[in-house]
Amino acid sequence: MAVGETEKATFTIPVGPIHPALKEPIRLALTVDGEEIVDADVFVGQVHRGIEWLGMNRNNPIQSIYTAERICGICNICHPFSFVMAVEHATGITPPPRADYIRAITAEMERIHSHLLWAGVAAHEIGFDTIFHLAWRVREEIMDLIEYVTGNRVTKAMFQIGGVRRDITEEQFPRIRQSLDYYKSIFDQLKKVFLDDKTIRMRTKNVGILKREDALKLLTCGPSGRASGVPKDVRQDQPYAAYADLDVKAITPDILTGTVVGDVYDRIIVRLLEVKQSIEIIEQCMEKMPPGPLLAQPKIAVLLKTLTKAEGEGIGRAEAPRGEVVHYVRMEAGRETLATWKVRAPTYVNLMSVPTILKGMQIADVPITFASLDPCMSCTNRVVVTDRAVGRKSVMDYERLHQLSIEKTKELQL
Amino acid sequence: MSLTAFKRALWVYHLNTGSCNGCDIEILAVLTPRYDAERFGIKLVGSPRHADVLLVTGPVVRQMVARTKRIYEQTPDPKLVMAVGNCGIEGDVFHESYSLAGPIDQIIPVDVYVPGCPPRPEAIIHGVAMAWVKLEKSAKQGVA
Repeated sequence: MAVGETEKATFTIPVGPIHPALKEPIRLALTVDGEEIVDADVFVGQVHRGIEWLGMNRNNPIQSIYTAERICGICNICHPFSFVMAVEHATGITPPPRADYIRAITAEMERIHSHLLWAGVAAHEIGFDTIFHLAWRVREEIMDLIEYVTGNRVTKAMFQIGGVRRDITEEQFPRIRQSLDYYKSIFDQLKKVFLDDKTIRMRTKNVGILKREDALKLLTCGPSGRASGVPKDVRQDQPYAAYADLDVKAITPDILTGTVVGDVYDRIIVRLLEVKQSIEIIEQCMEKMPPGPLLAQPKIAVLLKTLTKAEGEGIGRAEAPRGEVVHYVRMEAGRETLATWKVRAPTYVNLMSVPTILKGMQIADVPITFASLDPCMSCTNRVVVTDRAVGRKSVMDYERLHQLSIEKTKELQL
Repeated sequence: MSLTAFKRALWVYHLNTGSCNGCDIEILAVLTPRYDAERFGIKLVGSPRHADVLLVTGPVVRQMVARTKRIYEQTPDPKLVMAVGNCGIEGDVFHESYSLAGPIDQIIPVDVYVPGCPPRPEAIIHGVAMAWVKLEKSAKQGVA
């Protein structure tokens, strides 16, 4: 048997160590023809923690809110958000209107922090570490605000079935406005840095294109889908919590540029404009927030009893920073835990777009193209490179890949 | 702790064994301008072979057991292991899950524990400083 034949059939894909840049383990297998990528495949499952099983076997629904929060440390508002909505849907509990507004405010704060985090990581991926540090410095302001409002920087524990656990009072508004004004004052500067910079334009324009038809076919959701001209946003299409009272429109890149290309540059535009949109939503929330109680049932023992008695199924949908997150629950009477709990995070569907957007790209474009989808579990730490023409296979670790990306930036700058 | 401990740059390798990203973003926050750990010479490196300290997050899911051991073996001596976050220390909310093989100290020896879910950036810097002192001591004694 020829060497080339056996190698391809029996090749085990090594999963390497993890790169320091916040990413969870994931691996990509790329088939390349020289420098050009002809095919790509994604393998996930290295961070399986059995969260749904815990919700169905150990925790009661109130405890599961905190487990849901720890599905992802970056989107830890939208997961409990859609989880409590699913349980409320199943049990018929309605949260008071004030709680709806507080939920929307915290969700938008999360969006600002997540998009700024992404902006930094994307800059890091093209070897532009100055912008990485800049974006993360700017992000600290919203982290301070989140800490001021919720009491913690990362895991916030704001949610409760039938309401929220902490109030946002009138006295806190000036401090919130101060942070929002800070972002408004630097917004034009951020726009200039991310959209007019020569290096960023060179590395992101016409890179990783996802056409509208492909985005529809692959069900790409969230900012990645919107950047391809699919104006889908749960906040607009199926308003939940306070969003029905607010003015939310799905943001597509043609608002700014007049055309939709669907490349990495367009994804930057969408996320940048969404930061502005989130600021406006928080301001609207603060204006319209009605007075009233925070919880439908403040006594946890009574709430737990209602949940144990409840029977039925429910779905909660929320627009996470990365797209639509769906939680499904089924409850059985007399059972303390959930009978079924299913979580569908936006990255599940967005990963399907990876092969499409990588095809035809150069290997050096892989980090930024992959990161442009903002995958929640993303670690292209090791990539298997199969050179089709030569039949040569080699393993490329993240560092080498990152190096290639930096070299490409330097070459383009000359 | 005296400043004599800060003689050499300390290189840190970050290993995610199934963490939720919460600790991971706080580790990155440590490096970025607000906290700026690099001014002490604390630097994240891309390979365990360059590292003095292994910074481990996550509750060690089954898929990551062999890899965690391998990365530990790849790190040259003297080395220290820091467990960052509650789930790496005792499992936290995931503690009874079927897919966990951890906590971290059942897989590899841990020297410094930084509790919190996630720990604040200040706590992580403090943890690295503690690791540093321990590393200096063990290097002096020639054990490690």
